[in-house]
Amino acid sequence: MAVLVIADHDNASLKDSTEKTVTAAKALSADVDVLVAGQGVDAVAAEAAKIAGVRKVLVAESDALGKQIAEAVTAAALPLAAGYDAILIPATAGGKNVAPRIAAKLDVALISDIVEVVSADTFVRPIYAGNALETVQSSDAKKVVTVRATAFKAAGQGGSATIEKVDAGAGAAKTRFVSDEIVKSDRPELAAAKIVVSGGRALGSADEFQKVIEPLADKLGAAVGASRAAVDAGYAPNDYQVGQTGKVVAPQLYVAVGISGAIQHLAGMKDSKVIVAINKDADAPIFQVADYGLVQDYKTAVPELMDALAAAGK
Amino acid sequence: MKILVPVKRVIDANVKVRVKPDQSGVDLSNVKMSMNPFCEIAVEEAVRLKEKGAAAEIVVVSIGPAQAQETIRTALAMGADRGVLIQTDDDVEPLEVAKLLQAVIGQEAPELVLMGKQAIDGDNNAVGQMLAALLDWPQATFASKVEIEAGKAKVTREVDGGLQTLEVDLPAVVTADLRLNEPRYASLPNIMKAKKKPIDVKSTGDYGVDVKGHLKVLKVSEPPKRSAGVKVETAADLVGKLKEAGVL
Ligand SMILES: Cc1cc2nc3c(=O)[nH]c(=O)nc-3n(C[C@H](O)[C@H](O)[C@H](O)COP(=O)(O)OP(=O)(O)OC[C@H]3O[C@@H](n4cnc5c(N)ncnc54)[C@H](O)[C@@H]3O)c2cc1C
Ligand SMILES: Nc1ncnc2c1ncn2[C@@H]1O[C@H](COP(=O)(O)O)[C@@H](O)[C@H]1O
Repeated sequence: MAVLVIADHDNASLKDSTEKTVTAAKALSADVDVLVAGQGVDAVAAEAAKIAGVRKVLVAESDALGKQIAEAVTAAALPLAAGYDAILIPATAGGKNVAPRIAAKLDVALISDIVEVVSADTFVRPIYAGNALETVQSSDAKKVVTVRATAFKAAGQGGSATIEKVDAGAGAAKTRFVSDEIVKSDRPELAAAKIVVSGGRALGSADEFQKVIEPLADKLGAAVGASRAAVDAGYAPNDYQVGQTGKVVAPQLYVAVGISGAIQHLAGMKDSKVIVAINKDADAPIFQVADYGLVQDYKTAVPELMDALAAAGK
Repeated sequence: MKILVPVKRVIDANVKVRVKPDQSGVDLSNVKMSMNPFCEIAVEEAVRLKEKGAAAEIVVVSIGPAQAQETIRTALAMGADRGVLIQTDDDVEPLEVAKLLQAVIGQEAPELVLMGKQAIDGDNNAVGQMLAALLDWPQATFASKVEIEAGKAKVTREVDGGLQTLEVDLPAVVTADLRLNEPRYASLPNIMKAKKKPIDVKSTGDYGVDVKGHLKVLKVSEPPKRSAGVKVETAADLVGKLKEAGVL
């Protein structure tokens, strides 16, 4: 049994979710290959080759793959599928876009967002915004699975896989890339950060979000997240959203500022190691999951926290 | 242009779901059911396209129990024209939903399928992409903006690092993200009017799709519970606790 992992990357560097997906793959098989589909991905392929336990890195390149167009990624992956019993893909927005397309082309079910590998055909996945866990057994000969990276440890480094070029496939005749607006940030990547500071509707404006949340994140070396309400109101960009329909994070420390703790938000952060909530309403549901709760107006709490961190040498 | 909108009846987003003690599933008795929020957004977008003159007819399709008729009526009250209910009490998996929709599309020949990105019960996020694959149509998922122009759709999508805009040839499948629009509430006159709009009731057998599925649910369990921790009085106390916990 061999497993193909489709790498998550931005053509320049490999995302941490790939290494975690390799760990899930190793629970299925000792023979794990990684497909890097993109454009100008030599550095990404080299990084993938260093992941411990990876046998082979397959590289497919084209313009459409560089933009992660689902039709193109599917066309590159399908000819390889015959050689594998399972295809594992990180459950990022990009992975969720392509995995079901590949599964349908193979006429198999998609097993989405797994948090545990029970056996070669049985997996655990959250449903209902993480309010229940479903254990499912697949009767398909070939499995297509997306993996919730936060539920697995990184595979680690030390590998020396071979790198091989493969055919890029037919591309995407009916889809054209127009433009993108990628948010540039020097902060750690949200999905992989050790500390995340998130702001909610309480912040009231984009300006206030920047004045309050960002300096606190900088001080902690943290990534910045947001509730849906904050994103919808335009206080923060869409890719900051944490939750059922945004990103799932599980950092060492999650600080929620002015977030009520709706189940859809909790779905994205309740597996964090330590949760801190700052909220002026002592009855806010976020306190039911917070390890440390500070019932205060963020306007006093955050500046005091900045001072206390400075006093502690941060 | 004809638009097809698949809609799913799911447990309401505000209900706290409970796992059944025998671990056979979640308890759906006496809980409020609603249209999946993402499907509502898809219906709204279709209605707006019709209001702008970009679409002539909106057909909604639901696969589910007899009560899914109410979900279809909700869409009709929002402005859709007619409905198709493929009635079944089975839990139909995304691939089979996609195959049933493919069969409906074979009859209806829409130029655009607008649907939710995810149903908030199974949280699969799969049917749209699967349907596009089966039809060999282009897909534009997680849409936050849709513009239709001469046989094409320009779609802005929510991607990992921000936004991406694609142009797809029609027919295509577009799946809606939360920020695409804010669905309207149906007005009373429109709710009355919706009662007279036609709903065709079919069975899965009518489409020759085997809905037995590929996945067997062995059990549904309660996730590990997090308990409430402690309240701290000041920011300085908080920093002390965080140092003790070793996370600073
Ligand atoms: C289908 C669906 C999917 C969804 N997906 C997501 C998702 O992925 N992520 C997500 O986050 N949400 C999601 N939501 C929305 C979710 O239900 C909530 O509406 C949202 O999380 C609320 O955001 P909030 O906590 O910032 O705002 P609110 O609920 O308005 O909470 C604001 C909080 O700030 C506190 N506050 C106000 N002023 C101050 C102050 N000065 N100092 C301190 N505290 C203050 C208040 O006490 C309150 O608790 C989804 C909803 C649906 C229906
Ligand atoms: N039973 C169903 N009937 C109609 N449409 C459905 C059904 N299940 C899923 N869909 C559509 O597919 C979208 C994504 O669902 P899913 O892939 O199950 O998360 C939903 O928002 C609906 O538009």
